[in-house]
Amino acid sequence: MTNPTKMRASAKDGVTEVRVLMQHDMENGRRKDEGGNVIPAWYITEIQAQHNGKTVLNGQFGTSVSKNPYLIFRFKGGAIGDKITLSWLDNLGEKRSDEVAIS
Amino acid sequence: MINMERRKALKTGGGLGLLGVFALLGLTPGIVWASVGRAAFEAKSLNEAFEALGVLTPENSALIKLTTPDVAANGAVVPVTVECQLSGTEQIAILIEKNPTMLAASFVIPEGTEGYISTKIKMAQTSAVIALVKVNGKFYRASREVQVTAGGC
Repeated sequence: MTNPTKMRASAKDGVTEVRVLMQHDMENGRRKDEGGNVIPAWYITEIQAQHNGKTVLNGQFGTSVSKNPYLIFRFKGGAIGDKITLSWLDNLGEKRSDEVAIS
Repeated sequence: MINMERRKALKTGGGLGLLGVFALLGLTPGIVWASVGRAAFEAKSLNEAFEALGVLTPENSALIKLTTPDVAANGAVVPVTVECQLSGTEQIAILIEKNPTMLAASFVIPEGTEGYISTKIKMAQTSAVIALVKVNGKFYRASREVQVTAGGC
């Protein structure tokens, strides 16, 4: 069960800024729960952002990225109404894609 | 002849297998995950991480602006911004020298995307945070010491 990525994209002066908040525990596999059992590693390994189907960012994450990964990036172009898609894949094979329109 | 048929069958089979895997993962053909190895994430020293990233000796550059707090009260959420004022940025990586997993993230910047990344990282203890930026095939670095009062890893 994964939760939707929160996203906001705004175009200004020919540049689109995308703000992303992914919903993920990003467990590093070294933490222990109250019973002293190790919480297994569970984290996003890859992300990809697309603008109208064209890749504008690729990223690989390790376990040092904070819980609920936050990200801002900018690319040239983009018009109001264009679609931005953000997809992620985690180390357990879970994945999701979310979309937002540039405003 | 028989062998040829067998080759064909193997090829087709392999192809279907791959498609099957994609279908299983539910990946649409539009998404192509970067097939870069993850060895750099397993690195136990900065040199190992650099090596796995294909970095020889990164030069310090004043044109890479790394923004972090001087003191982080909560090591679980430390904001980091990397901005490269050189055009032709191809890659941005963020490393934390004293974390068990040094490499936090590595981004591939395609043409048209600016050399700018802002994110949040976990820090186990006071450490240097390093930004590695690849510009036109060459690596540059910038680093900043961040004092962590409560580690969060």
